[in-house]
Amino acid sequence: MTEPSLETRNLTIRFGGHTAVDDVSCAFRPGELTVIVGPNGAGKTTYFNLMSGQLKPSAGTIFKAGHDITGLSPSARAKAGMGRAFQLTNLFPRLSVLENVRLAVQARHGIGPRLFRKVGSFASLAETAMQHLEATHLTAVAHFPAAALPHGDQRKLEVALLLAMEPDIFMFDEPTAGMSVDEAPVILELVEKIKHDTSKTILLVEHKMDVVRALADRIIVLNNGALVADGAPEEVMSLPIVREIYLGIPADAEDAA
Amino acid sequence: MSQMELASGPTADPARPDPARNGRVIVYGLVGLIGLALAFAPFLFQDVRAGQVAARICVFIVLVASYDLLIGYTGIVSFAHTMFFGLGAYGTAIALKQMGAGWDAIIVGGAAGIIAAALLAALIGVLSLRVKAIFFAMVTLAAASVMLVLASQLSGITNGEDGLVYQVPRLFKPAMKLMTDADGKVLKIMGVSMNGKITAYYFVFIASALLFWAMMRIVRSPLGTVLEAIRENEMRAEAIGYKVVAYRTAVFVIAAVIAACAGILWAVWLRYTGPDTTLSFSIMIDILLMVVIGGMGTMVGSVIGVVLMSLAQFYLKDLMQLAASATEGISVLPHLLEPDRWLLWLGLLFILLVYFFPAGIAGTLMKKGNH
Repeated sequence: MTEPSLETRNLTIRFGGHTAVDDVSCAFRPGELTVIVGPNGAGKTTYFNLMSGQLKPSAGTIFKAGHDITGLSPSARAKAGMGRAFQLTNLFPRLSVLENVRLAVQARHGIGPRLFRKVGSFASLAETAMQHLEATHLTAVAHFPAAALPHGDQRKLEVALLLAMEPDIFMFDEPTAGMSVDEAPVILELVEKIKHDTSKTILLVEHKMDVVRALADRIIVLNNGALVADGAPEEVMSLPIVREIYLGIPADAEDAA
Repeated sequence: MSQMELASGPTADPARPDPARNGRVIVYGLVGLIGLALAFAPFLFQDVRAGQVAARICVFIVLVASYDLLIGYTGIVSFAHTMFFGLGAYGTAIALKQMGAGWDAIIVGGAAGIIAAALLAALIGVLSLRVKAIFFAMVTLAAASVMLVLASQLSGITNGEDGLVYQVPRLFKPAMKLMTDADGKVLKIMGVSMNGKITAYYFVFIASALLFWAMMRIVRSPLGTVLEAIRENEMRAEAIGYKVVAYRTAVFVIAAVIAACAGILWAVWLRYTGPDTTLSFSIMIDILLMVVIGGMGTMVGSVIGVVLMSLAQFYLKDLMQLAASATEGISVLPHLLEPDRWLLWLGLLFILLVYFFPAGIAGTLMKKGNH
């Protein structure tokens, strides 16, 4: 089996008396798409925040390709190839759609010593940014301020920013949340495309069961902050705890019936 | 083709109706006019006071624009901008006093002021730009107060509250003859004597224009977009790979250095440096008001803010004197328009400006800020 590209060992965070992520040890490998499921408040987003560095763990360690990155800042983790799309849209509202994406391209590729040249003269930056906008069907609104976009387009821009970072670990936090039925496939197709590149590791928080079935190589289940199940999709989906979480059937109800 | 179709032409893009375009034309037109007026100020406005106002406008445009780099572009609230301005001015003034009126004094003193400003800004930035905005603002307030106290207490070097009076290089002295006619007298062009006053003004004007141009380059560079990204969403800027603290510290140092440069110009122009002309908090408040009136996050807004506010500060009293004498005989008006009440009217003017231009004059006209 390939080396894990990302691993958490005994990862824990407490807020006062509440343990939001509880001793989670889990490894993710390149070429694998792992879906993280769990009820609201299970700690999925908090787990993401710990891995991408927005939160510091109370205990435990995070490894990226074998290196301890627990102490790194979010920007250093981004530079190391970890990319994150956020659940709640998290953009630069008064900058244009193109500027939003160009910033991510610029962070990835750098501009070296030419810092004070006019930003418009960096043709390659804008070109690359436009490619990402094409991929997310946003070229028509490239010059609109991000805040002026409808919700679905903001979600797409969120994903475009992640693409522009060109990470090797993709973390999607409910990328299709609140999107209409005809918009969601754009995002899912993109995720599928990334999946074809076996050097990439994909983590996906998702609630829609049809999406989970179509994409997942593996499912892990978080409940009350703890990792309660981990395995192949069919296997995990049939576990009583998952059925309880998603179908509202208590674990013992079926036996009784 | 009908008249209607002709009128809609290629500029009217139905997908992007652009009400901001007219605003941009007005703003840039206004700024262009101000630039021209400043470029020919010694010829257009020949009395001594007008020359003083024009030079102050040049220096303050640089000072206010550099402050806008912090507050408008990056979202950093600092009250220490006059401290950096003062470091540049005092560095130059002390060197001119100690070393005599030479260019070497301006270069050595100015460089010392700039280096001190840069080091102090880097120190404050590294130590406190991580903390919340309000704490950072408090730290800068404390630093600025300390500097003000130092300037008045170290009277051996700074001459305390009285400040320093000194000579400037011969090139800037009124007695210097820049051009002479056949008889060896100072040549007059359009009634303006070609003496040291002219060279001093153009020294200030050209240096200010260069500094302003440099700042325009910064905000239009890739760095400028990163600064705006930090203002817009600090957390996401960090998440896509920008070291927010490093960028903030860098822009804080850049703004400090430019403020110190403005201080050098001010010291050379005034031939006097004291706490009231450089370090006082009333100047800090002026800077804040100018940036808000002009429009935060718009470099050109600082030009408009500085001009409007300077004209009001220097000429509102005169205008009211005129109005008061014109309304003489009418019951209450002359009392209201009494020149001593000019601050009341200035305050009223601010309230109206903020009400009608919530994002500042340039900001509102260019529809940039809606916050």
